[in-house]
Amino acid sequence: MSADGGPRYLSTGAEWSFDLIARYDAAIKDIAHNEFKLDTYPNQIEIIASEQMLDAYASVGLPIGYPHWSYGKEFIRNEDAYRKGARGLAYEIVINSNPCISYLMEENTMAMQALVIAHACYGHNSFFKGNYLFRQWTNADSIIDYMVFARRYVLECEERHGAQAVEETLDSCHALMSHGIDRYRQPPQLSAEEEQNRVREREEYNWKRFDDIWRTVPQKRKGERRGGEAQYPAEPQENLLYFVEKHSPKLEPWQRELVRITRKMAQYFYPQGQTKVMNEGWATFWHYTLLNRLFDKGLVDAGFMLECLQSHTNVVTQRGFDQRGYGGVNPYALGFAMMTDLRRICENPTDEDREWFPDIAGGDWQKVLDFAMRNYKDESFIAQYLSPRLIREFHLFAVADHETDDHLTVDSIHNEQGYRRLRRLFASQYNRDFSVPDIQVTRYDRRGDRSLTVQHRRHRNRPLAAEAEEVLRHLSRLWGFTVRLETCDDTGKAVGVRDFRAG
Amino acid sequence: MSIVIDRRLNDRNKSAANRARFIRRYKEQIKRAVSDIVARRGITDMEKGGEVSIPTRDIKEPSFRHGPGGDHEYVHPGNHSFNKGDRIPRPKSQGGGGGGSGEGDGEGSQDDFTFSLSREEFMNLFFDDLELPHLVRNFVTEIKDFKMQRAGYTPSGVPANLSVPRSLRNAMARRVALSAPLHREIAALEAAEAKEDDLVVRAGIETEIAALKSRIARVPFLDEIDLRFRHRVKVPQPISRAVMFCLMDVSASMTEEKKDLAKRFFTLLYLFLSRKYEKVEIVFIRHTDNAEEVDEQRFFHDAQSGGTVVQSALKLMNEIVTERYPPAGYNIYGAQVSDGDAFGADPEKSRALLADQILPLCRYYAYIEVPDDADHTSPLSYAYARIESPRFAMKSVTSRGDVYPVLRELFKKEANI
Repeated sequence: MSADGGPRYLSTGAEWSFDLIARYDAAIKDIAHNEFKLDTYPNQIEIIASEQMLDAYASVGLPIGYPHWSYGKEFIRNEDAYRKGARGLAYEIVINSNPCISYLMEENTMAMQALVIAHACYGHNSFFKGNYLFRQWTNADSIIDYMVFARRYVLECEERHGAQAVEETLDSCHALMSHGIDRYRQPPQLSAEEEQNRVREREEYNWKRFDDIWRTVPQKRKGERRGGEAQYPAEPQENLLYFVEKHSPKLEPWQRELVRITRKMAQYFYPQGQTKVMNEGWATFWHYTLLNRLFDKGLVDAGFMLECLQSHTNVVTQRGFDQRGYGGVNPYALGFAMMTDLRRICENPTDEDREWFPDIAGGDWQKVLDFAMRNYKDESFIAQYLSPRLIREFHLFAVADHETDDHLTVDSIHNEQGYRRLRRLFASQYNRDFSVPDIQVTRYDRRGDRSLTVQHRRHRNRPLAAEAEEVLRHLSRLWGFTVRLETCDDTGKAVGVRDFRAG
Repeated sequence: MSIVIDRRLNDRNKSAANRARFIRRYKEQIKRAVSDIVARRGITDMEKGGEVSIPTRDIKEPSFRHGPGGDHEYVHPGNHSFNKGDRIPRPKSQGGGGGGSGEGDGEGSQDDFTFSLSREEFMNLFFDDLELPHLVRNFVTEIKDFKMQRAGYTPSGVPANLSVPRSLRNAMARRVALSAPLHREIAALEAAEAKEDDLVVRAGIETEIAALKSRIARVPFLDEIDLRFRHRVKVPQPISRAVMFCLMDVSASMTEEKKDLAKRFFTLLYLFLSRKYEKVEIVFIRHTDNAEEVDEQRFFHDAQSGGTVVQSALKLMNEIVTERYPPAGYNIYGAQVSDGDAFGADPEKSRALLADQILPLCRYYAYIEVPDDADHTSPLSYAYARIESPRFAMKSVTSRGDVYPVLRELFKKEANI
């Protein structure tokens, strides 16, 4: 209820209408932009039905994608779980594009729609626009165009080369998607149009270069080798798909293009995997803050607030490791707690905070949060900002699982001696190496048998899962020749070599 | 300003193509699951979707991951009793301690990927096994015969269907409704006029009355909204009723695979008949050395032993027809499955009984033989081979793909395929 007279509720009750959505959006936008200075892409809010939400799930959150059976599998899995009531649907899906597209479900009540607008259209949206990983690795202006191009290209390939051949190539690419990512170099970004021109040029070049005379050149005898060549590539390459696209001796031009498409998609999703905690935490913090502000301004009633808070509480629940339904640390819970804690450290710092965070304790919380959002990813965010207070609140503890020990050992707990080590271990859990093995191309035998050597550097002695053999066969299928896997330990000492051939 | 778009009217089946791709890719596994369902289900229930499950490992998409082993530390929330240095026995299932990565309770714990097939998908896989030609598929999956039936009135239609009485009735109602208030006003004005003496005022009232009358006159006699058209809908129209006799030899030599072939054969015939006839009854007759009428469950699943006397089953069928299904009121179909073993005078007598007494009553009679040895001519098929009738078909069947051809003549003739 506002101080200056009676309530001026935007609406009461659960019903929503397009007019109401626009009015809520305007009210939230006013608070987000003018009071809290959130910088966002323009919003495009789309209302969809639940079946369409299932479709959106299956296409990995993009409004358009190329056809592939794995998306069908994903769809069937979700559809069945949903129909049996095993799983509810997300209230919203938001796409990192410009304008930022958010899907709202038709079944949501007005309060839920408002929550989702605050969460997605202003929370996630400003994160997409501000965070350095997204700025560096994704191009929000062109992603939709690029996917339109990709879809058309894949369909064209299916027509020309057969669905089977396209599917095989895509299967192999999908298996390698986690290793189709650049982490350190910024590739030049092409618009969909340039992309298409490039495809055409590549094909024209091949036509022009075609010369029947090459057939008549005598073949080199087997085993003959030209003078020794320095190791190629000179430096190990971590982007396997990029290396395949550029150097595979056998791939057809259209296959190279498919490799490129999957590589681009992997790269587009790379920042999302690296910022799950921050992104969700940021969006949750802002829907909580924005909706509370709506309530303070007397624009919504208590019933609205109760419904939002109930949903909010569900989202930020963190179960203990021994409770039913525990599935690891909930990124919403952790992210929201950290963002809220940062604000608290700025507004009401304790002595402990002054000792741990001397540069931000008592500072301007909006600036501090904005800085954190722009310049960190999960790993560094936790390493920098996880406070002892939160470690205590979450009752965090680290368990060491070492191969040589038949027991697990509690490494550290939430006490004075444990804070720093816990925080370091916890942060490293969000390091990509923790979940994705380090596999790099070390040698391409250009003058010899054309084999490709990839090196797996064991991260703290962790072996590859058995399915890696299949992935290596996929790699060999793309490469066209033998793929050699070299395994070495943390120090770089080789411990094993195996060859793989597709088929 | 944000843009709000209503996408609810967009296509809702964007994933259908990907779903179909998935099913095509794992056809072999799904077919196996469908076969299990076919074995479990009754013939008359066959035409439904079904829930199938295929092993998760078959459909897993591989990627480079860390395997079990090596050294790592996991951070978990919710500590209430541990202290630094505590030792905990390693949990049995690897990865249970790795719940932090979220994989532990995801895909790994489910052994099977279970999902539902729609009726069309299910029937298509069923027909794939039988190598059914597409024209036939269409016939047995779709209902083609329709009859137009009256179904009330609609506000739109072609002029030929215009219902004049209805339209005029509506017009009259509308005219009454629209002019009633005007009439009431006129009556009131006339009453006022009668009481009025002043000529000028009377003249004023009269012009008012005239204006009202002209408004009444402007109410159209017939308006477009009055029009009503006779509405007709298509209703599926099967022809009449039929009875289908399933005869099967259940002596010990009939193995499960043979019974499975038999079941598919009976099902196909049933589906065909249920498209053609409004009501199809099924009579199950099994025989060893004597025949009995049983229910479907016992027909397919009860183990029996004993000799083989084919004639007994034909006799029983003949009796049942005479008793319960007068040929004048029913279209009678017979379907017989046997491994062909028959002894002594039995095959000859069976042939005579079939050709002379039963065939004249039937519209069609199909016999399939499921022999142990495809090259060997069994006594029964040797005898049956001499039956010459357009209503009779026989075939030796060793795989599911052979089932359809025995019914081909029937489909060709009666479905115009």
